[in-house]
Amino acid sequence: MKILVPVKRAIDYNVKVKVKADESNVDLANVKMSINPFCEIAVEEAIRLKESGTATEIVVVSIGALACVEQIRTALALGADRGIHIQTEAELDSLQIAKLLKTVVDKETPDLVILGKQAIDSDNNQTGQMLAALTNMGQGTFASKVAISDGQVAVTREIDGGLQTVSLTLPAIVTTDLRLNEPRYASLPNIMKAKRKPIETIAADSLDVNLTSNVKLLKVSAPAQRSGGVKVADVAELVAKLKTEAKVIA
Amino acid sequence: MSILIYAEHDNTELKAETAKLVHAASQIGGDIDVLVAGHDCAAVAQAAAAISGVSRVLVADAGCYQYQLAENVSALVVELADGYSHILAAATTTGKNFMPRVAALKDVAQISDIIAVESADTFVRPIYAGNAIATVQSSDAVKVMTVRASAFDAAALGHSAAIEALTQAHDAGLSHFVSAELTVSERPELTAANVIISGGRGMQNGENFALLNGIADKLGAAIGASRAAVDAGFVPNDMQVGQTGKIVAPQLYIAVGISGAIQHLAGMKDSKVIVAINKDEEAPIFQIADYGLVGDLFDILPELEAAL
Ligand SMILES: Cc1cc2nc3c(=O)[nH]c(=O)nc-3n(C[C@H](O)[C@H](O)[C@H](O)COP(=O)(O)OP(=O)(O)OC[C@H]3O[C@@H](n4cnc5c(N)ncnc54)[C@H](O)[C@@H]3O)c2cc1C
Ligand SMILES: Nc1ncnc2c1ncn2[C@@H]1O[C@H](COP(=O)(O)O)[C@@H](O)[C@H]1O
Repeated sequence: MKILVPVKRAIDYNVKVKVKADESNVDLANVKMSINPFCEIAVEEAIRLKESGTATEIVVVSIGALACVEQIRTALALGADRGIHIQTEAELDSLQIAKLLKTVVDKETPDLVILGKQAIDSDNNQTGQMLAALTNMGQGTFASKVAISDGQVAVTREIDGGLQTVSLTLPAIVTTDLRLNEPRYASLPNIMKAKRKPIETIAADSLDVNLTSNVKLLKVSAPAQRSGGVKVADVAELVAKLKTEAKVIA
Repeated sequence: MSILIYAEHDNTELKAETAKLVHAASQIGGDIDVLVAGHDCAAVAQAAAAISGVSRVLVADAGCYQYQLAENVSALVVELADGYSHILAAATTTGKNFMPRVAALKDVAQISDIIAVESADTFVRPIYAGNAIATVQSSDAVKVMTVRASAFDAAALGHSAAIEALTQAHDAGLSHFVSAELTVSERPELTAANVIISGGRGMQNGENFALLNGIADKLGAAIGASRAAVDAGFVPNDMQVGQTGKIVAPQLYIAVGISGAIQHLAGMKDSKVIVAINKDEEAPIFQIADYGLVGDLFDILPELEAAL
């Protein structure tokens, strides 16, 4: 069984991003970049499926500028077998990403595609679902458990009311939630070995996909700041303030 | 212009999000239809028809919609899409699940999690865990959007829109419901509560969450949690508040033993009044709390319950 894992290069989750003074976008100059955390969980899940003998090959794909190769290398160091870099400088929406990923799915014919549920920069939460629609596959989003047997995948999903399990016929799309697994760290020998694993580069504009977005970013502004309030001395003062000053309790 | 809103419901009850989406839609302008896709969901349709501003309620009542599987529901919405300028669903796990499929099948972008309407084609949405606010303009023929319900007031009730039954039954056959483990609680839902008290890693274990119960009872509050508390297995996943959990904006949010990571703040910083209880006076949560109480939660919580 072959697993495809799309990984996004995104701002590191520990970094608090700042908005540019001209409000054209956020300022990513000299900011630490990493694999989007949900993609890390996706890579880990694929590795576990390989370790358990269910999967035989893991292909990672990243779309973006040359720097994405760093994140592909990281995924290879974690245990993926080979990488595909779809190179473009364009700012793409999830729709274009999904269309580019579809070209990879068409060519590689994976049995399972595992994506993150959400990129922590755009906070879009769209790509996996869009790819599922474009490839006419079933989808198991926000997965906290994935079990494969007999050409089916059972996906336990984190939903607003609790958990829901659905069963999908392979090939299928899964997107990861936080509880699916705890990603490992890459060991030094594996980082060295990853340098010899193959990465194929494909120019995005050589693929038959329209890369222009119909959504224009007009402005990026800083959110309204909450000013810190006061420290209260004890419970009595807290309750008094909530009653008479904030008037939020009776 | 006309707008289709996907109703948020569980086949028996219309959820609070829907009236808020109607209000958001009224800011766009145009006729508003509400689609109820489910099974044995007549009561939901009745409730949707009562929301002021709704022209028609379309009801697709069929077995294939019982669990609102994304593959089936998206096929239905795509079939209905012609003639609508905007399609809206709440940014809940239901809306997030099927709406991007609708967008892809219509070959348009999705605009996720809007918090304001500037005009019929321009919308505001948070990015980077709410640390930046983007204003975007779409030239797509149909705007497919999910809406952060907590950012909008609810439209009024007391109306009676026409209810029309649909006969389409789209069973894509790509996915099947196996089972559900739903949390049963007498408390209000997190996204609908006026008061929320949330516990973090500082609670130490699941049993200690009982310390929040008495306070929640007295305040009519919902109980939430940080990711750390959910990951550690103290409480179920549906209690997670944050960037990648539930986004809430109650009148009063009480954070107990929560440090205030940006991912947690992203889910609650629009609350009207924030209280933080933490033994570390340097905890970042105090930078955004209206009222901070430094101390040991195991001393403070029983005192607070007694004082209410
Ligand atoms: C991709 C991604 C998504 C994420 N999404 C979310 C999300 O949606 N929601 C979310 O919450 N987090 C999310 N996180 C996690 C987030 O970064 C933090 O790790 C998490 O919020 C920390 O939870 P906490 O505050 O409970 O724990 P900690 O940071 O460990 O804080 C515990 C606090 O309890 C206090 N404390 C301990 N004992 C006591 C006591 N006896 N009395 C009083 N105070 C005490 C401590 O002083 C400390 O401040 C996400 C992270 C990533 C990478
Ligand atoms: N540029 C990209 N390259 C590869 N995968 C991506 C890219 N953008 C998004 N994805 C995948 O889609 C998931 C969800 O992203 P999004 O829909 O943008 O929130 C990510 O976790 C990745 O798995």
